Formats: sequence, structure tokens, C-alpha cells
Amino acid sequence: MFGAIAGAWVRAGFTYRTSFVVLTSTGMILTFLDFAIILIMFSHLDALGGFTLTQIAALYGLSGFAIGVADLLLGNAEMLGQRVRDGTLDQMLVRPVPALVQVAADRFALRRVGRVLQSGAVLGWGLSAAPIDWTPLRVLVLASALVCGSLIFASLFVLGGAFQVFAGDASEVANAFTYGGNTLTQYPLAIYPVEVVRAVTFIVPLAFVNWYPALYVLGVDDPFDLPAAFQVASPVVAALFVAVAALTWRTALRHYRSTGS
Amino acid sequence: MPMIDVHDLRRTFLIRERRGVLRRTRREVQAVDGITFSVEPGEAVGYIGPNGAGKSTTIKMLTGILVPTSGHLRVADLDPSRRRTELARRIGVVFGQRTGLWWDLPLRDSFELLRRIYRVPTPTYERNLSAYVGLLEIGDLLGQPVRQLSLGQRMRADIVAALLHDPEILYLDEPTIGLDIASKQRLRTFLRELNADRGTTILLTTHDLVDIEQVCRRVMVIDHGRLAFDGDFAALHAAGQATRTVVVDFHDEVPPIDVPGSRVVRVDGVRQWLTVPAGTPTGPVIAALASSHEIADLSIREPTIEDVLPHLYARP
Repeated sequence: MFGAIAGAWVRAGFTYRTSFVVLTSTGMILTFLDFAIILIMFSHLDALGGFTLTQIAALYGLSGFAIGVADLLLGNAEMLGQRVRDGTLDQMLVRPVPALVQVAADRFALRRVGRVLQSGAVLGWGLSAAPIDWTPLRVLVLASALVCGSLIFASLFVLGGAFQVFAGDASEVANAFTYGGNTLTQYPLAIYPVEVVRAVTFIVPLAFVNWYPALYVLGVDDPFDLPAAFQVASPVVAALFVAVAALTWRTALRHYRSTGS
Repeated sequence: MPMIDVHDLRRTFLIRERRGVLRRTRREVQAVDGITFSVEPGEAVGYIGPNGAGKSTTIKMLTGILVPTSGHLRVADLDPSRRRTELARRIGVVFGQRTGLWWDLPLRDSFELLRRIYRVPTPTYERNLSAYVGLLEIGDLLGQPVRQLSLGQRMRADIVAALLHDPEILYLDEPTIGLDIASKQRLRTFLRELNADRGTTILLTTHDLVDIEQVCRRVMVIDHGRLAFDGDFAALHAAGQATRTVVVDFHDEVPPIDVPGSRVVRVDGVRQWLTVPAGTPTGPVIAALASSHEIADLSIREPTIEDVLPHLYARP
């Protein structure tokens, strides 16, 4: 069903072919710029927080890929405040498809695939250039990180959307966690104070998107000496976070007040 | 088994108001304050009341958008808010103020998308599409994006969209608002035939009493969240002391006319306004006028909802 609705939007988008190409490529260029900043930094230093450029490329790529997939599929949830105000959420609630699927698929923008491609390329380069002792378990942890990271960011988008059902418009608050979280996790957590690391481990589990799985895949010791089990715990954390997001979303819809008319 | 069964339904909204920088007060508003009614399959019911009376809140609870605060509510034997998506297949909803179509997609694509969302079998879809598109005369518009449609065209398109999946119940919230007379008339005829031919249950909210007179046999009036009236149209007129007004221009100025069954309410030069109770025919009154005086011009004004409702609202 997601495919049917999203497909209609993709077809509608392709009627403006030039616009699609321009938007997708500018999107890719813009997302590449923040990796360019990292590249520029490394022209002056050899390591950041004990991590080399290729290792940071892996961290950056994992986080960017995860938010890219989540943004492609669920980024529209950030428009939920507007949908509450203009009443289009009401329309979605009287159709026989779960509201979240409609929220996600409506106005589906394929150009967002740009970030996924760009991050995927950086990740591929980082993983191939960094010295990694590949074992089956490391491949598995990497693959699960791609899936679980996307789920964690997707849950954040859903939580942000649910929050807007209560609070009217608060897309900036939601953005602080999603896009802000992405920027934060592009760098090794080793450069942050321990409080930040605790927050993204125990409160908003962003560290499980890329940091812990990357430590395992890259074979780097945890600079904060947190339990090694964390490094393979992303699936558990993602499952819990998805459950929290799903429950919050349901609660938000049951408390939805609609608009006046 | 009733199609819609409502018993002592209530919905409270908690309003937070700012009083100063940090002080806030909370106030409870009873948008729907204990209403009870049931609608049988195939009925066409008009649901009217002033702005803020609770009409939309009721419709939103019936469709599952809003969760009731308390009371019993079953639509097609389902609890709407708990089984919203299941119920959605069996109902059609048209909100007059906004469209259920996709603003940037051509109309045909919007319909096609709805076919997939509702999983309408292709033969059913094609039969309904060609029938309704023909009846509502929107065949020439199928290639246009919805944003380019006029209000009347969009409303007709929205109604087609709500009917593609053969809903058992059609909810219409202010379907004729902002339409011209011809469009309104076409819509009313269509709805009446839909109700008669297909047996689709219709629940219609409106400010235009003519909508209800032409489409519905039954009227419910809501005021301050309570049902003020539930009955047929004649009873509504009787309860609301509705009158039709005959406006007559005589050739010469004459004193107020005394015709049995009518009452002069206003005189202005050669023009006089006579009221006739809505249930009685105006023919005899006009015949009596014409036989005793020379008439230059004559018109009849139908009772409007604004004339009828105040009498109902004043009742306890």
C-alpha cells in the first residue's frame, strides 16, 4: 500500500523531470558538503578522538545511510503538525490504511534517495580503506547496523510526529533529535563529554545506530569502557525503541483532537 | 439492526487558556453532551445546528477520528475508534471544507489511487466510476490536477471519490457550502437518487434547509451538544413554527390585506409581506389575493434554517 501511494507521487514528480534531477543532485551535493568538512579537518590532523579518516568515513556513512533510509520512508512525519492544522490528517483517518503508512507515503519524495546513495558511497569507501579483520560476525553486525540504525531513526521520526499530534507544531523540536542526532553521530563519540555518550546510549539510543556497531566492526576498544555487549545490542535496542514509538503513536492518535470544523 | 446506534454519547474537550505569562486555566467544554439516536439502513438523515453545536464532533466520532469521552457508539456494528480502518472500507466521507483528493495529482490518478487504497475490484471500480462520473458530469475533468478544479467541480469529484468503494454509509459535512444554485440542485438530485436506488444510508450536515428538504426525510437538530429535535420535515416545521413568506407588489398602495391562513408582517409602499405556515399550501392565499386585487409581481420565500431553528433552540 505504501508502494501504491508513494508510486503515484513518484510518477507525479517525474512530470517535472528536470526539477527532479536538479533537486536530487543538489541534495547529494549538500549532504556531501558536511563530509567535505571532515575531509578538510583531516588535511590538518591525522586522527580525531583516536579515529582515522577512513574509520570516521565508516561512522559517517552508517549514520547517514540510516537517517537517509528513515527520512526517505518516514521523513514526511515531520509535516504532521501541518496536517493536524489543515485537517488532512482527518482525511487519512477515514481511509482503510494505517494512518502512519499514509503519512509516510503521501508526498513521497524520491529525491531523498540522494542522501542514501551519498552515505552508502562514503561508507563503502571507509570500510574498504580501513584496516578491518573481516569475520562472518562482523559482516552480520554491519548488516544489522544498517537495518537497526534505520529503524532507530525511523522511530525518532514517528516519535516526533506523535509529539506534533499533541503539541500542534513542533517540527523543530523533532528535527533537533533526527537531523541533530545525525550530525552528532557523524563524529566519533570519543570527542564528546561522557554525559553526551550516556544520553545517546540510555535515553535517545543514537549511539546504537553507528557508534557501538562500528566499534565492533572496526575492532576499536570502547574509550568509555561501557559493556562490550552494547556493541552487538543494536537489534535489541532498535526493537525496544520501535515498540516505544509504536505505542506512543497509537496513544497520540487516541488523543487526537482534530480541528474545529 | 440499526446502521448507526448512539446512546448517551459525550465528548469533552479540555481547553487550556493563557492568563498572563505563566498562569493557565483549564476549562472543560462539553462539545457533545449526551446524545442518543439510531439510524436504520437506507435512511437519509439531515443533521443541523448552529456553528459550534457539536455537528462535526459527532461526525468525527462516528467515523472514528475522535475517541468519545463516554457513551455507547456502534456504526455497522463496529466501535469506530477501535476499528477505524476496518470501518473505513464501509463508509464514505466528504468534508465540504476540504478535499479528500490529492491536490497535485490529476483527478484520474486520485481515483486510481483510491481504488488501490480501498482495494476496489476492477469491475466494481469501472462500473462506479463511469456511472458517477457521468451523473455528476465530471468526465471532461479527469485529466486535470485537482488544484485546477473549481469549488463545484471539486465537490462533485470528492463525492465520486467517496462512492467508488460502494460505502454503506455516506457522511457529508456541508457538501453544498459555497456552491451556486445549479450545482447545489444537481448535487441534491444525485444524493436523493443514490439514497433511493442504492439504499446508501446518508448523514448530511448543512446550513441550507433546502438540502435537507430535498434529500432527507428525517432531521436531527443539535444545539449546545444536545439533540433539540429528531423527526420528519413536517414536524420540524411545526416545531420550529416555520413560515413561508409571500412577497406581493400591488398596482396601488392598499391597506394590509386580510386573507385567511396568512398574516401580513410588513408593508412598504405597494409591497406587502404575508407569512403562511410552512405546512399549508400557498395556492389558496395567492388565489384570494389575485381575485381581490391587481397584482404586479409576486414571489415566495422558503423558510430558511435561520428562521426555524431559533424556536427549537429556545425550547428546554
